[in-house]
Amino acid sequence: MDLSYSEEYERFRTEVRQFLDDNWSEEDRNSSPPPEGQAALMGAVVRTDERATAFRLKAIERGYLYRGLPRAYGGSEQAFDPLKSAIIAEEFRVAKAPGEVVGQGPSMLAPTLVEHGTEAQKQKFVRDTLLGKIIWCQGYSEPGSGSDLASLRTRAELDGDFWVVNGQKIWTSNAKESHWMFALVRTEPDAPKHDGISYLLIDMKTPGLDVRPLRQMTGDADFNEVFFDNVRVPKENLVGPRGKGWVVSRSTLKHERALIGGSFITRRTFDGLVMVAQNAQLRGRAALKDPVLRDRLVQLETRLLASEYNGYRLLTQQSRGEDQGLAGMVMKLFTTQLSYDISRTAMDVLGDRGALARGDYNTPDMGMFSYSYMWALGILIAGGTANIQRNIIAERGLGMPRDGRR
Amino acid sequence: MDFGLSEDQLLLKDTIKRFLAEQCPTTRVRQIMEGEAGEARRLWTQLAELGVAGVIAPASHGGLERELLDLALVAEELGYAAAPGPFLGCAMATVALNEGGDQALQDAWLPKLAAGEAVATIAWGEEHGEWTPSALQAHAAGGRLTGRKLLVPSAQIADLFVVAARDEHGGPHLFAVERDDPGVDVQPMTVNDLTRPLDVVAFTDAHAARLPNAAAVQRTLDAGLILLGADAYGGSRRCLEMACSYALTREQFGQPIGAFQAVKHQLANMAADLEPSLSLVWYAAHAFDRIQDQSTRHAALVKAHMSDLYDRVTRDSTELHGGIGFTWEFDLHLWFRRALFDRSVLGEAIYHRARAAELAGW
Ligand SMILES: Cc1cc2nc3c(=O)[nH]c(=O)nc-3n(C[C@H](O)[C@H](O)[C@H](O)COP(=O)(O)OP(=O)(O)OC[C@H]3O[C@@H](n4cnc5c(N)ncnc54)[C@H](O)[C@@H]3O)c2cc1C
Repeated sequence: MDLSYSEEYERFRTEVRQFLDDNWSEEDRNSSPPPEGQAALMGAVVRTDERATAFRLKAIERGYLYRGLPRAYGGSEQAFDPLKSAIIAEEFRVAKAPGEVVGQGPSMLAPTLVEHGTEAQKQKFVRDTLLGKIIWCQGYSEPGSGSDLASLRTRAELDGDFWVVNGQKIWTSNAKESHWMFALVRTEPDAPKHDGISYLLIDMKTPGLDVRPLRQMTGDADFNEVFFDNVRVPKENLVGPRGKGWVVSRSTLKHERALIGGSFITRRTFDGLVMVAQNAQLRGRAALKDPVLRDRLVQLETRLLASEYNGYRLLTQQSRGEDQGLAGMVMKLFTTQLSYDISRTAMDVLGDRGALARGDYNTPDMGMFSYSYMWALGILIAGGTANIQRNIIAERGLGMPRDGRR
Repeated sequence: MDFGLSEDQLLLKDTIKRFLAEQCPTTRVRQIMEGEAGEARRLWTQLAELGVAGVIAPASHGGLERELLDLALVAEELGYAAAPGPFLGCAMATVALNEGGDQALQDAWLPKLAAGEAVATIAWGEEHGEWTPSALQAHAAGGRLTGRKLLVPSAQIADLFVVAARDEHGGPHLFAVERDDPGVDVQPMTVNDLTRPLDVVAFTDAHAARLPNAAAVQRTLDAGLILLGADAYGGSRRCLEMACSYALTREQFGQPIGAFQAVKHQLANMAADLEPSLSLVWYAAHAFDRIQDQSTRHAALVKAHMSDLYDRVTRDSTELHGGIGFTWEFDLHLWFRRALFDRSVLGEAIYHRARAAELAGW
């Protein structure tokens, strides 16, 4: 076991630093706006302005971003090397440089198209998606279909050269800001539930498509309802074979991911909590001196460290080409629960100031923790609820039989 | 950057695992538990032949000259098998001799310990239940040591005691006392975990050789905390595996109980807590070996975290087994009782977390 990087990797790190020094100035670093809302909690660098795009193009040219995607479609097509990915992610983060665009387009749509799309689809969409020029939303969930996604009912019927879409999606994040939606729709009403679904790309400006913001408990409206009333989608926007949308949607980046970044938001939240506990007074003394609170803080920190070190383990497994198994499968459940617990403890530290919302100057955290406390619940539900994660761990990780009812 | 085990480490772990699966099934564990002392000794000799007793002893003294991480892998396997014996005390005593820096003692004892011909243990705990070096009451002066030590692992079969005590200047130090000394009196305590007996050892003006390096006191304690963490990990993993295989075979309401979601979720929660904790144990052991400015704090964190976790996992696993899980005949309680040992010996979780907070400068 050796936590240092070998000379080869240290050289690579120096190279990356040099690249950043040459191409992302001190001024650039200071001008990056702090990310907000959902993006902030996901650690996104949200800049997609011209300056950021010019920088990203250079970084792709050098092989630093989108390493697993082909050059022909805007990736940098590099040999598999998760350690290099981790180094790039670390150094870009330190320099506040625009890394890979964060969002459902680059993470879900781009690899799906590369694997299943037509040549025309790849040419038209992938590069601009990677650069953040096309923003995508994910139209999966419906009012009646969440965890049981395959029960979805929004239908698409072929009419000449067009699919005619009718139905409704819900909880669609960023639908207002998005140019396109990748959606699952039912095209074969008579087929068994998983077999009748197709994967469709829908231009958000198509007549008959209506987006209505939904406010979240945080007060913001990041997600939306989307209604389809005879929305006509060109036939060529079907991805993969008709009726195989379920399989198509399972395609993800089979390539490297900088797993080490996984706990970095949680680390930031935890460090913030310690700082607040140092400054906040609880019945006449620094909250940090309260023995019960200290005990809870150490418990939280231990779980945080466990997840960070598990990130090292996953990275090592990946670079050795080993199967990640349970160690990878449990991470979403583990870290979302931890984030929630950290913010909840922060509420106790803040005492009566926990009643104050984001932006209020009368609380030492400016209300950030009550905000992240709420968001932590969103993350627990989004992308598969905690209980659904537990099902997956038990069935795929521990080999338990499926429920007789399904 | 490599946070994984080496070929050598995997081989060591695998060797111990296979040996224990074949030679130390719970039937043998029970024989030893129920007092067949000769059998206990025989198992320890067998384990020593595989290198268990000399993992970190220098090669010049018959050891494997490996690191604490390697020893932690062994502890994990012993925990997995609920293997009885003097491992903890012996391992801590070996760390003490290694780091304590007395050449004569090392020459005299390390080869015998590594070969399993002699057994050593650590005498630390006292009346007040604090395990920090500064809280020690036992004292030594002019080569003589006096004090009453509680919860001494496997003292009945020990040939050498490494005792934590204050020296004439009041500072904590480690001392070596031999079993044959007339100033040594060993009395058994009544314990929950019968695989790892605990005794009271009274030292009255016993001949004691001081280990010159005072830093060895904290190092020895840290090593013990990490090894208990590794034991707890191994035991927890075993309990999870037992629960999974029971959930696949036991049928109720016409299906295996593992198909019930409540059961699945209980299992998934255990797995989700356990997987990252393995990385925590590895890191603490690695820090002990290579990142020493972090190791005391990580040792405290690991002991606290793992003993809490072991407690939860053995509890949930027993619950998942229903009535059979609560019987003496069924093996689960072997681990349940080991969890009681791991959470109690060398200081409880709340205490270590308070230390960790202090060490962070909070
Ligand atoms: C912040 C946020 C952003 C989102 N963004 C998007 C998006 O961009 N695009 C999109 O398509 N969707 C999005 N979603 C929707 C999200 O994927 C669903 O909310 C989620 O999958 C759960 O579905 P549901 O809300 O219908 O809950 P339900 O499926 O109705 O679940 C309700 C409860 O029942 C439990 N439950 C259901 N089935 C089982 C089972 N088999 N076993 C155990 N428990 C079960 C669930 O765990 C949950 O606690 C977002 C959600 C949130 C909160």
